[in-house]
Amino acid sequence: MSLAFREPVENRLGALCAAVGQTVQVAAAAFCGLPGMLWRQRSRQVFYRQLYVAGIGTLPVATVVALFTGMILSLQLGIAFRQFSQELMVAYTLTFAMFREMGPFMTGILLASCVGSAMAAQLGTMTVDEEVAALEMMGVNPIRFLVVPRFWAMTCMAPLLSFYTCLIAFFGGALVGYTQLNIPFLQFFRQLVEAAELKDLYVGLFKAMCFGMLICSISCTVGFAATQGASGVGAATRRAVILSFLSILIGGYFITRFFYAL
Amino acid sequence: MPCEDPIVFENVCKVFGGHEVIAHQTFSIHAGERFVIIGPSGTGKSVSLKLASGQLFPSSGKVKLLGHDLAQLSTKALSRLRKRVGYLFQSGALLGWKTLAENIALPLEERDECAGEELEQRVREALEEVGLGQAGELYPAEASGGMVKRAAFARAMIDNPEVLFCDEPTSGLDPVMSRTIDRLIVDINERRGTTCVVVTHDLAGALLYASRIAFLKAGRFLEVATPDGIRRSKAPEIQAFLKAQQLEVCL
Repeated sequence: MSLAFREPVENRLGALCAAVGQTVQVAAAAFCGLPGMLWRQRSRQVFYRQLYVAGIGTLPVATVVALFTGMILSLQLGIAFRQFSQELMVAYTLTFAMFREMGPFMTGILLASCVGSAMAAQLGTMTVDEEVAALEMMGVNPIRFLVVPRFWAMTCMAPLLSFYTCLIAFFGGALVGYTQLNIPFLQFFRQLVEAAELKDLYVGLFKAMCFGMLICSISCTVGFAATQGASGVGAATRRAVILSFLSILIGGYFITRFFYAL
Repeated sequence: MPCEDPIVFENVCKVFGGHEVIAHQTFSIHAGERFVIIGPSGTGKSVSLKLASGQLFPSSGKVKLLGHDLAQLSTKALSRLRKRVGYLFQSGALLGWKTLAENIALPLEERDECAGEELEQRVREALEEVGLGQAGELYPAEASGGMVKRAAFARAMIDNPEVLFCDEPTSGLDPVMSRTIDRLIVDINERRGTTCVVVTHDLAGALLYASRIAFLKAGRFLEVATPDGIRRSKAPEIQAFLKAQQLEVCL
């Protein structure tokens, strides 16, 4: 596909429809680019680098966020459940909350703010500096060259990161359980394992994977549409983060609705 | 095989937000010529170049590049056609995370046209051709403006395009480097027969090397003539441009 969509659309509704259409176009082109990426050695190298950026690069902040989220959740739930002498329910509820919602949601928010914003800024800068136009003029497809490795790196890393945040949150929860609710570690984790359901795990991972795809497609599309120098790049980055957050919330609801119908 | 007129504009208009930037332009650029578009800022010079190279499409009229109506081409066909043209961007538009040599290799590498020893050889030759034999390992941020422009020129020329578009190739460069870039354009045109279309403010340079100069004003060509014809032009805008450039030289 070409990036001819960067020509401006006049009215607001038209612009919104065009933006959604462009994002879907970018996502579809990136999705179909997998065989080509695996086939070409240079694309694979970029893919590995992006795996590092999306995964390893986000790990420290993900660890801190997950640890404290687990601790806060555990503390709040512990305060509530203590009134009914049901402290052990903390582990059960934490599993439920983390696997189903909080794990993928936190991962999505982290990826959108750390990785998606950087993608939008980089592609935005490349667009305003005419580097993207230069690629097109060389007959090099910018989607294949820039988006495909990022898209698949985010798609692969988001579920792994989601699983990791769940584990760290459980650890944080267990820590609070042990120090403030007098629940032994072993008992806490036994309760966690008992509460864990396979469906919760795979739906959560699927959700995280969808979030990875959404964040990358939105950030790249917004980056490609950047105009007017540095301020335009700043605006594109902000727009990418806001749209990613919204898509995580809206997409999250519909995925939950699909898998857990009342 | 180069066709008769590689670039043809037929009654082309380009409108941005209700403002007509290019107004009913009809002209052709002949094969092998050095066609320079000159004029004050904001008159549509870069837009003309983008229309001719298929980066923008006309609001009405027809643009033909190497015999193809650009608006009728599919994305793939346009991408294929672009492999036959080179484009030197005003900023150079090199990728910041690649060295000058890697930037020059990029089109060949990404299009799977050559690899390994052959690719290295072609990049080495291209670097030497533009006088950057020892600078291939520098990153764009480490290179001077002139080096970046020359590397971008080498990248645009690496696959022997039939048409070379240059957008302000000498902007931001000192006069010596400007003449170096001008010489590279002439050299490539004479040795390879590449049709060169140059947008510039540098009338002094254009008068030295252009086959024809088109003076653009408010989206229309005020005059299209040889350098001598431009010098003799009675149009006040062209005279003002010539006088300003002479004054610059005197100062």
